[in-house]
Formats: sequence, structure tokens, C-alpha cells
Amino acid sequence: MKETITKHISIDPITRLEGHGKIDIFLNDNGDVENCYLMIPELRGFEQFCVGRPVEEMPRITTRLCGVCPEAHHMASAKACDAVFHVEPPSAGRKLRELLYNVFFAGDHALHFYALGGPDFVVGPEAPPAERNILGVIGKVGLEIGKKVIQHRAHYSAIMEILGGKKIHQVTSIPGGVSKGITEEERKKIEGYVVEMVEFGKFSLKIFEDIVIKNKAYVDLIMSDAYSLKIYSMGLVDDKNRVNFYDGKVRVVDCNGKEFVKYSPKEYLDNVAEHVEPWSYLKFPFLKKIGWKGFVEGNEGSIYWATPLSRLNAADGMATPLAQAEYERMFKTLGGKPVHATLATHWARLIELLYASERALELVRDPEITSQDYRTIPTETPTEGVGIVEAPRGTLTHHYVTDERGILTKVNLIVGTTNNNAPIAMSVKKAAMGLIKKGVQVSDGILNKIEMAFRAYDPCFGCATHTLPGQMPLIVRIHNKDGEIIQELKR
Amino acid sequence: MAKPKLALYWAASCGGCEVTVLDIEEKILDVAAFFDIVFWPCATDFKYKDVEAMPDKSITLCLFNGSIRNSENEKLARLLRAKSVVLVAFGSCAHEGCIPALANLTTKEAIFKTVYLETPSTVNPEKIFPQPTTKVKEGELEIPVFYEKVKSLDQVVDVDYYIPGCPPQSFQVVAVIEAVIDILKNGKPLPPKGTILGAGDKTCCDECPRIRKEKKIKKFVRPHEIIIDPDECLLDQGILCMGPATRSGCGALCVKANVPCRGCYGAPPNVQDQGIKMLSALSSVIDSQDPEEIDKIIGTIADPTGTFYRFSMAHSLLKSADL
Repeated sequence: MKETITKHISIDPITRLEGHGKIDIFLNDNGDVENCYLMIPELRGFEQFCVGRPVEEMPRITTRLCGVCPEAHHMASAKACDAVFHVEPPSAGRKLRELLYNVFFAGDHALHFYALGGPDFVVGPEAPPAERNILGVIGKVGLEIGKKVIQHRAHYSAIMEILGGKKIHQVTSIPGGVSKGITEEERKKIEGYVVEMVEFGKFSLKIFEDIVIKNKAYVDLIMSDAYSLKIYSMGLVDDKNRVNFYDGKVRVVDCNGKEFVKYSPKEYLDNVAEHVEPWSYLKFPFLKKIGWKGFVEGNEGSIYWATPLSRLNAADGMATPLAQAEYERMFKTLGGKPVHATLATHWARLIELLYASERALELVRDPEITSQDYRTIPTETPTEGVGIVEAPRGTLTHHYVTDERGILTKVNLIVGTTNNNAPIAMSVKKAAMGLIKKGVQVSDGILNKIEMAFRAYDPCFGCATHTLPGQMPLIVRIHNKDGEIIQELKR
Repeated sequence: MAKPKLALYWAASCGGCEVTVLDIEEKILDVAAFFDIVFWPCATDFKYKDVEAMPDKSITLCLFNGSIRNSENEKLARLLRAKSVVLVAFGSCAHEGCIPALANLTTKEAIFKTVYLETPSTVNPEKIFPQPTTKVKEGELEIPVFYEKVKSLDQVVDVDYYIPGCPPQSFQVVAVIEAVIDILKNGKPLPPKGTILGAGDKTCCDECPRIRKEKKIKKFVRPHEIIIDPDECLLDQGILCMGPATRSGCGALCVKANVPCRGCYGAPPNVQDQGIKMLSALSSVIDSQDPEEIDKIIGTIADPTGTFYRFSMAHSLLKSADL
């Protein structure tokens, strides 16, 4: 009997992911990928140490799950608190929250496109690593646009300070509404910035069109099998099944685009469950009604993704006109809904950026936004509640149970990227299988192409690992069966 | 002359400290011009191995954010201590544990049980818990060891200075960087070891624009229970505000947003324990001389431990004996 020699490739993006994630790829003696593991070495235990805390403090505690997307936790938490206290914020309070939230999406998605995922396309997947970063993007698209990117970020921060009280780790959303309103002067300032955000969204899509869509090689890459993953798509939708980030029902469509389920936040436990593996601190969510079937694709499997692309797949359209037109164009170009091309996530992200900006503009121009009626004082006994929002990196669920004083007795969290734990592992495996072959030297370009499968998700592991400007550095070591390094590649 | 070398690292943190450094905007270019950035995981691609290869004390300044939650965090803390001349605990996690250190009120076992068994969405019939090493059919997989308690950086290695805040405010980061450049460029003396940088030397109350009266608290109320007056002292309104027990430096951002301070800048000067400081501050504002009534009024505070030590649990004198 022939002995199988397993070679071991450890993609160990030390600087960013050693502390926060690691991918191990095992090869067999044919040089094919035998298996692939995505390991997350981080755990904080918020579900346990938040027990005993007053529930109204949660929007200020859970922001510390992630300093890159604190707004998402702040908002999911505030909504869960509303539910715990059985209270609805007044219309203006709700609109102020949704305004903050959409500005956040516009800011966060821009960060990803220009600093993280974008460089692969704008500069090129096989460009020298030193150029595959935000500076390379600016070099390619011009300094003027570079300045706009920095300005966009500054405006986003300024709006967070007005609406959220702090640029990072917002404090203003509380059970029943928000702690403060805005003046007409502040409103005007925000409006000015948001008008520019809509323009920013438009020209970002134009850049994508000119550089990516008009380049056949890129479109072929996007549509190639190595970057395709046929799984269920999840996303929050409004009552007309249009994408909404702040509120609505969670809709899941299958691999053919057919609605599998649509559930309200309080029904999440009937629909989503989490699987545990001994080699990762991060659990693997799956569709509960199907049950855990392992890391398998298709309608028979129970794996879903929750990303910009999955949200567009799961919805029937966008609620704002410019984003709707782009939505239609994307699906027409890529051959109809649903799209399973992981790399199309970048395109979907820009469409969401435009939607978020347009929606923010509607809200900041709403006459009610400066109303001083932004809070409802809870009067009922607190019990239990679930809050769901779309985080940029996936559907975010906060579930709290309290005693009659509103002191937490149980906490459960399913965080954005956690939804994508299995899909990311599967995408990386697929890309690795497509690219690593016997006799093929694992070059930097190949490595980056494997990493692109990963980066499309904009992963934020433990809601802590988040790649900021620059690229994810990698070391790949290929070992023989005795553990000797036979090839090492660094970049 | 060779440029001074700068390293930035994050251990168990949320990433907010990294974002706050980026939020110094164009000043980041001054940093890049003055320093040779030798290690910054989120922005450059120097590796852990490169740091190991550096001679001891070859990094001039290391800004270390995040607490020590697992074996990986500790390994990096020890490595960067050895390689750095000046090691700064940057942000509340490295300084005194921050919110993740609320986990010190519970145990590792309880955390694992809750997260991997009892949370209602978890389906784990075989009671599988993550392990430092797992044998799979293709080989062996390793993840770091999760510690019993969260530690601040100075509970693991010797720390030279602290920059408090969750996160430290960008304008304070700029001020510290400018001061460091001045020291290195002009040969000025370093501040005494242990100095808190990038913060004030008073309390948050000194930065608070609200009007204070003679405080007479009969009962504490929670922020969601009342419409908060935007101009009156929050404690005067019966809302527990950590301002009197918190170092100045942020610009009183939370109270200006009409919510109470929660103490992220840590204890004020000459105070070892933030919670004890808060308790003594409260004793002077409670409207009673009767010990029984005082106890009753204090009893209306929801979760005093988790509030008084919201950000400083790792440094608290309450910490359990096994820490």
C-alpha cells in the first residue's frame, strides 16, 4: 500500500493573523490540497462576563468587541435593549440611529475598498507586494482621488463625533432612543459631508467599472471556479425585501435564489445554530433547520454567508435609486441572481456604500431629524430581547435575558464575521485547490490569489482581527513529512 | 544618523487603538518621516521573526496595546520588552485591562462552559472545547492557551510609561508623539519612569462643562430611567458618573454626549484603585449621616463592581488571590 505523504503549508500571516487567525493547508503526495483549516486563536468571553451587568450598559460595553466596527455592536445592542424593555424609540430617535449607522457603513466600506480589498484589483493581483496597498491605489488612480479618500474618512469621523459622542466606541444609543439630538447647525454640517459621500460612492463605482469591469482578465478571474462558492445567502431586508442595514427581517435564499426562510430577530434561535471544533476558538454557524452537515456546498449543506454580496443576493433590490440602478447592472453583468462569485463581494460592497450614502442623505434631510423628541422612557419590566442589524461583515445578533431589575442573566452574540467562518475556510480551500498543483512553485502571486479569497470577506475575526491599511503579510512554509522546510516564501 | 526605531503591536484588543493612531491623519506622515517603523502588524509587513532577529534594545519606542489574554499575547509582550528601550502600555487594555478584564470577575471554566456549551445557539452534543493542540487526520493543529485571567501589560513585563483611554484620544496621541520627537531630537531628558502620558493631571470633572451644585443624593437612578438634563451635573441628577474617580484627558466626551463617564482614562493621579476612589467620592455626596441609610442609598447602584472597575479590573485591589 502506498503511503500518503502529507505536506503541510501554514499560511501564517504572523503580523496580522498570528495573533488572530491562521490557515493550515495540507497537501497529499499528489501535490493536491488534501484539507484546509482556518483557526481563530482568540476568545474574550463577553457572553459570560457581561452577566451581572445592567443591560442598559451593553451598548457601551459591547462596542469593545471591535474598535473598527463599534457602531455595529452599539446599534445591535441598543436594539436588543429596546426589546428587553419593550420600548420603541420615537421616530426621530430611530432616524438619528439609522443616520449614524448608514454613515458608518459608508465610512467602513470605503476603508475596505481603498485600503484592503481594492488594491488587488486596482493595482493588480500580481503586482509587487510593496505596491499592493493604499499608496499603490493612490498611485494608480491619482492623488486627487487619494485626497478624497482621506477626506471621506475624516468626514465620517466628524459625523461619528456629533452623532455618537465619540469617534470610536460610540455612547449615544440607549434603551428607548438616543441620549442627545442634533441642532440645525449640526444637521447642516452633516448634510454637507453626506452630499460628498454620495458623490464618493458614485465615483468609487466608476473606478471599479473602469479598472475592473472593463478588463476581461479581471472579470474572468471573478467568475472563475476557484473563487466560486455555492452556499445560502443571508441578509436583512425591509418589508419590500429591499436591503436594510438597521432594521427588518433576516432573509435567507438558497443557491438558486429561492427564499429558504425569512425570520424576525426573536426567531433567530429557530434558524441559526453554531458548531464547535476543537482547533478554533471561533464557532461555525449553520442553518439549524438543515443541521450541521460539515463544510459542504450546495442546498444540501447548511452553510450560509452573510456579506455585501449575500445581502444583495438575499434581497429583491435597493431602496434608493442610484444604488438600485447599480444593483441591476451588477446582476445583469454577472449573469443573474444569485451570484456565487466571492470576488464580486467587492462590487456589492461599493453598491452598498452608495446605498448607505443615499439613505443617509434622505435621513439628514428629513425635517424630523432635528426634533427634540428622541427618547422614550421605558416603563415595562425588562425581560428578554434580541437585536439584529447588518454589520458590514455580516448579520449581527445580540440576545439578552435579564432579571426584573434589568440585570443580565444570559447573553448570546453571533457576530458578523462569525457567520462567515465556514465559508472563508471553504473559499480558501477552493482557491488553494485551484492554484496549488504539483510541480508549480508557490509564488507570491499565487499566495496573494489565495489570500484574495479570504480578503473578499473583509474578515474581522473575534470582531477584533481587522486588516487596516496595507496587506496581510504572509509566510508560507511547505514541509515534508519529517517536518523539514522544503520551501519557504515570505512577503 | 540612523532613525529611531518605532514598533506598534496589538495583543488582546479590539483594534480601536490602531484606528486612533490612524486618526491622527496627516501627522502619521511626521511619524513615518522621523521614525523607522520596524514592526506594525496592521500597516507594514514586518514579521514576528524579524523582531526575534533584532538585537535586544534595538527598538527605540514600542507602543503596545491590548491586554494579555493568552499565551500568544504574553510571548509577544516578552519579546517586545526585550527588544525595546522604551515600552509604553498604550490604551486602557494594556494599561489596566479595560472591558475584557471584566472577565476576571468570572473564570476560564465558566467562560468556556457558557460560550461552547450553554449559549442557546450552540449545538455541541459531544461537549467539544477548543484545545491548544488538536490531532486531525492530516497532522496537528495549534492554537494559543487561553489564560485563567486577563492581565495588564505591567503584570507580565516591566513597563516604562502609560497612555490611558479607551481609546486614547487622537489629539493626545499627537501630543505624545510630538513630545517624544522633541526629546529624541533635542536630547531632552525622559520623564520619570511610570509617568502617565497623553492625559491630564486632574479628574474628568475638571473638564466637564456641567453645572455642579451642593450634591445631595437620596437615590441613584439609571441613565435610561430619566430624561437627563444636558446642563446639570449627572451625579446631582442621581446618575452614577465616574467623573470624580477618573483622570482628565479625554475632554469629557461622554458627559458632553449626555451620558455618564465610565472611567476609561483610569484612576486620577495618586490614586491606586479607581473603585475605592469612587466609593470615597460617593460618600461625600450622599445626603445622609446614618450608616444604615447610606448603605441603602449605595444599594440603589446597579452593579457597583462592574461599574467602578469597568476599565480597571486587572489593576483592582479586588483581584482574586490567584492572579
